[in-house]
Amino acid sequence: MSVRILLFLLLLPVAALAQGFAGLGQGASGFTMPDPERDLTFPADHGAHPDFRTEWWYVTAALTGADGRDYGVQWTLFRSSLAPGGPQVWMAHLGVTTPETHVSGERLAHDGTGQAGVTAAPFEAWLDDWRLVSEKDGIDDLRLTARTAEAGYDLTLHTEGPIVLHGENGYSVKSASGQASRYYSQPFYAVTGTLDLPSGPVEVTGQGWLDREWSSQFLEEDQAGWDWFSLHFEDGARLMAFVLRGDAPFHYASWIAPDGTTTPYYGDALSAEPLETAEVEGRDVPVRWHLRLPAQGLDVTVAAVNAQSWQDTLFPYWEGPVRAEGSHPGRGYLEMTGYE
Amino acid sequence: MNRAALGALLAHWRRHPLQLLTLVIGLALATGLWTGVQAINAQARLDYAEAAATLGQDDLPRIEGDLSLADFATLRRAGWPVTPVLDGTPLGTRLRILGIDPFTAPQNGATPDLTDTADLTAFLAGTLVFAAEDTEVPDTLPEVRRLADLAPGLVVADILAAQAILGTERIDRMLILPDARDDLPPLADLLPGARRVEPEAGGEIGRLTDSFHLNLTAFGLLAFAVGLFIVHAAIGLAFEQRRPLFRTLRALGLPAGRLTLLLAAELVAFTLVGGALGIVLGYGMAAFLLPGVAATLSGLYGASVAGGLTLAPTWWLSGFAMAGIGLAVAGGQSLWQLARLPVLAPAMPRAWARARLSTLRRQGVGGLALVAAAALVAVFGTGLVAGFVCLGALLLGAALLLPPILSGVLSFGARRAKGALTQWLWADTQQQLPGLSLALMALLLALAANVGVGTMVGSFRATFTGWLDQRLAAELYVRTTDAAQAAELRAFLDGRVAAILPIVGTETSLEGAPGDLYGQPDHSTFRENWPLLDAGPDVWDRLASGEGALINEQLARRTGNWSGSEVDLGAGGTRKVLGVYSDYGNPRGQAILTLDAFHEAVPDVPETRFALRVPPSEVPALADAISARFDLPAEGLIDQAALKGFSLDIFEQTFAVTAALNVLTLLVAGFALWASLTTLGTMRLPQVAPVWALGLTRRGLALADLARALILAAFTAVLAIPTGVALAWVLLAVVNVQAFGWRLPLLPDPAGWAVLSLWAIVAAALAAALPVWRLWRMPPAQLVQVFAHER
Repeated sequence: MSVRILLFLLLLPVAALAQGFAGLGQGASGFTMPDPERDLTFPADHGAHPDFRTEWWYVTAALTGADGRDYGVQWTLFRSSLAPGGPQVWMAHLGVTTPETHVSGERLAHDGTGQAGVTAAPFEAWLDDWRLVSEKDGIDDLRLTARTAEAGYDLTLHTEGPIVLHGENGYSVKSASGQASRYYSQPFYAVTGTLDLPSGPVEVTGQGWLDREWSSQFLEEDQAGWDWFSLHFEDGARLMAFVLRGDAPFHYASWIAPDGTTTPYYGDALSAEPLETAEVEGRDVPVRWHLRLPAQGLDVTVAAVNAQSWQDTLFPYWEGPVRAEGSHPGRGYLEMTGYE
Repeated sequence: MNRAALGALLAHWRRHPLQLLTLVIGLALATGLWTGVQAINAQARLDYAEAAATLGQDDLPRIEGDLSLADFATLRRAGWPVTPVLDGTPLGTRLRILGIDPFTAPQNGATPDLTDTADLTAFLAGTLVFAAEDTEVPDTLPEVRRLADLAPGLVVADILAAQAILGTERIDRMLILPDARDDLPPLADLLPGARRVEPEAGGEIGRLTDSFHLNLTAFGLLAFAVGLFIVHAAIGLAFEQRRPLFRTLRALGLPAGRLTLLLAAELVAFTLVGGALGIVLGYGMAAFLLPGVAATLSGLYGASVAGGLTLAPTWWLSGFAMAGIGLAVAGGQSLWQLARLPVLAPAMPRAWARARLSTLRRQGVGGLALVAAAALVAVFGTGLVAGFVCLGALLLGAALLLPPILSGVLSFGARRAKGALTQWLWADTQQQLPGLSLALMALLLALAANVGVGTMVGSFRATFTGWLDQRLAAELYVRTTDAAQAAELRAFLDGRVAAILPIVGTETSLEGAPGDLYGQPDHSTFRENWPLLDAGPDVWDRLASGEGALINEQLARRTGNWSGSEVDLGAGGTRKVLGVYSDYGNPRGQAILTLDAFHEAVPDVPETRFALRVPPSEVPALADAISARFDLPAEGLIDQAALKGFSLDIFEQTFAVTAALNVLTLLVAGFALWASLTTLGTMRLPQVAPVWALGLTRRGLALADLARALILAAFTAVLAIPTGVALAWVLLAVVNVQAFGWRLPLLPDPAGWAVLSLWAIVAAALAAALPVWRLWRMPPAQLVQVFAHER
C-alpha cells in the first residue's frame, strides 16, 4: 500500500515531497529501490529494511464482541528514513472502533535509543509498550498489545492460511508511470482477546490482517488520496483493493482464494463507487461504497461500522471496520485519506 | 476661560524654569531608578522562567541515577511515559548543552519547532542545534539555529547529538510526563538503581535569587523615595508661590473645581513628560547595569541571564504608573489644600512655614516610633521581608528625626551665640530649616545607605578574604576527565608533591533541598585550616572515624541543625552533625563526610578531582609539568591564587551593582539639596535684603550662606553615620542571614565614613555654589527692589 507511504511522508515533510515528486528516477536519491527480480525471503523480510525510505507493519482486525456487537482494531508501526543512511524515525498508530466511538492514538520515537524497532527472528515490532510480538516461530502466532489513556487491546493472532504476495511476486505497482513497493500480507489471522474500552473490557473474536510494505518512491504528484479495502468474505476468500485518486485514478485488486491463491487485477477490472458520504471532522467522507470485481463475480456494498472512525493524528485520516453485503457478505477494514 | 487660566498657571513655570527643571528631573530620576531596577528584575525573572520552562523540568517529577538510553527504552517499553534529558557543559565553554528527545519531550515554547523535515533530519543527525539569539556558540558545535524563547547560554540538541558533543553514553535524568497509567510496573523492578525525585515547589533558581532581587527592589524603592522628596519639594513650592495667583483667578470667577482640575491636568502632563524621561533613563540604567547583574547571578547562583533587555509593553506602562503615583503622592496634599481653600484666603506665601514647632514635635514622635519599631522587628521578626521592613522603618525613622534634631542643635547654637551677626546666622539657619529639611532627609538617606552598604561590603570582603585563605589551603587544584586519567595523574604525582587529596562530590538532597555532598580525606590540611564556626570536641577524630558529618553554615541555619543534632543528607543517609563550617559565596547546602564514608554511601563516583600540597615556590613548575603531560579539561588546573582571585571577583561583581545604585542615590540627594538651596535663594531675598541694607556685604552674606549649607550637611553626615551603621548591622545580621544563609561580623570603617562625610560636605558645597554665587553677584538694585515690593 504505497498509499500509506504518502500518509507517512506527508506527516514529516512537505519539503521532501516537493523535492521527491520530480519523478521515479530521482526518487532513488540514495535509497535502495524496490527490485521486482528479487524474491522475498522469510523471516528476513519480516524485519526492517533501513535502506528503503519507508516501511510499515500494519495490523487491522474486524471483531465481534461477546456482546454481539462489531468492533475494530488497528495497529501500525511506521519506519521512515529521513535521509539515505541518515536518521530514522518510528511512528505508531492505534485505532479502536466501536459502533459509537472511535479512539485513536499516536506515538513517535527516535531511532537508536531502543525505544522502537523491529527484529525479524524472533519477530517483534514495538514502540514503547505498543507491540506486535511472535509467540512462536515466524509470524504465524502473534500477540498484539497497545493502549492509550482511553482505550487499548490485548489480542492473540493465529494464522489459518499462507502469506500472500501482492502484484507480481510481491512487487506492487502504484501508478501508470511505474512507482512501486514491495508488498505482502498475512490475511488469514483468527483473532481472540480483550478490548479495554472506556466503558469496560470486552472479550472479542474475529479476523485479522497484517500488511507489510516498503518502498523508496513517492506517489505521483496528482495522487492526492486513496481508498483502501481489506475484506474477509464468509466463503473464506479475501480481497485487497485500492484506488489511488488522481487525474487518472489507479485501480488494483488482489483476489485471494480461501487457499491463499492470489490473482492480481489492474485498471477497469475493479470498480469502487461511493454511495453515501458522512460529515467527519468538517469534511465529507464516503462511508458506503459499491465495490465490483466482475472477474470474480463480486458485487458488494461496503458500509462503515462507525462513520466517525477518524484517526486524529498528526496526519489525520479515516480508518475503521466495515461490513460487506451482496454477492459476497463479509467484513473487513477501510482506509481513506486525502479528503479535505 | 480654561485657556486663559491655564496660561496664567503655566506662566509660573516660564518665570521659574529652574523649578520646572527640578520637578521634571526629580520625577524622571525617581521613575528612572525605580523602573531601571524593575527592568533588571523583570529581565532576570523572564530568563529564569525560560530556563525552567525548557522542558517544563521544574514541574515534572524525574528519575535520577546512573542512567543510559537503554534504561530509557526499558521504561518506555514498560509503559512509563518518560523522556530522557542530558544536561552538561562542554569542556572549555560556559554553555549548557541540553540533550532532548524531540519525540517524547513535552511540547512548549522552548522546544524547537521541527515540523520542517530538513530541520528534523538535521537535528536528529546532530548537525543542527538551537540556542538563544545572543548565546555565543563556538565553531566546534554544529550549525546553530536561533530560538528566541531559549534561556541564554543554553544549547538544545538531540539527545544522541548531545551525547556525542559531551562525549558520554549516559543521560542525566528522565522526566516523568503527566498522565502516567496507574498500573505501571514499579520503578524498583525495572531499574533497581534509579530513584524518583518529586519536583520542588517553586523554581530552584527563582528561590535562590529572590533575595537578590528583593535587595535590588529595596534599593530601587529607596531611590524612588529620595526622588519623591525632590518632586514633593518642587511641587509644594510651586503651589505655595502661586497662591496669590490662585486667589486672583478665583476672585475673577474661576470655580474652585475648575482650578483644581486644571492643576490636576498640569500634574498629569508632568507625569507624562517626567515618566517618559524616567523610563528612558531607567532603560539606560538597566542596560548599563544588566551585564554586571548577569555576571553576579551567574557567578553566585549559576543562573543564566541575558546581557540584553527584552521588555514587555507592561513594563513601559508600569513606568508611567510609578511616575503618576509619585506625583499623586507628592502633589496630592497641595491639591487637597487648594480644593478646600476659601475664595479670599490670605495670599500670604506660606512657603516653608509649615514647619512649626508642632510639626517638629510630630516628626520627632513619628521618627522615634519608627526607630523603635525597627528595633522590635530586628529582635522578634523572622524572614527576609521582616529584614526589609526593619530596614525601611529604620531609615524612615532616622529621616523623620533629622529636622527635630537639627532644630534642637540650632536652637542650642542660637542661645549660645554672641553678637548680633552670629545670632542672626543661627536664627536664619533655623528659619531655613523647614525649606531644606526634605533635601537634608534625602541626603541623610543617601549617606546612611552609603555608610551601611559600604560597611557591609567592607566587612564582607575582609571576612571573605580571611576565610578563603583558610578554606583554600592547598596550593593546586586539578580536575581530570575520568578515572583512567586520574589514575595516571596519581602515578605521575607520586613523589612530586607533599600530598594528594582527592575531592569527591555529588549532588543530592540535603534536608529536602538540593545541595552537595562531599567526601574528603583525613589530613592535616583540613584539620589545621578548615574554618569551623561550631564544633564538638575532637571533631576531626570523630569525623575520621566516620561518626558523622560536617555541614556548612547555610544548611545549619536553614534547618536549625548545629553540632550534636542529626541531619538527613539524602544519598549520604542520616548523620550526626559534628561541626559547622562557614561557606561564603555558596547559596546551597553542603555536607562533608570522610572519603571512605562517602564512597560507601555513594558508590560509582570516581575520584577525578584533587587538591595538591606543594611548596608554593614549586607550584608554577608543577603546574606546567602537569599541563604538558596531561590533556586536562579547561579550567582543569587551578592554582590557589587564581581561585582566590576568581572568588573575590564574584564578590566584587555582586556588590558592584549595589555600589552603583548607591552613587546614584547620593547624586539624587545632592541634586535635591541643590534644587532646594536654589529655590530658597530666590525666596529668602526679603530676609536677606534687610541684613544687606544694614551694611553686611553681599560677599559676606554669600559666604554665610555657604557656611550654613556646609554646617547643615556636616550635621546630617554626623547623624547619617550611626544610621548607616545600624543599617549595616541589619544587612549583615538579618538580611544576609536570610538571603545568603551566612552571618558576618560587623567591621567598622571610620576612615571610610570620614571620606564619605567629606563627600557630603563637597556635595553640599557644590549644591550651594550656584545660589551663593548668585547672591554674591546680585545687582544691588535687585536687593533694593525688595523694599519697593509690598509684601
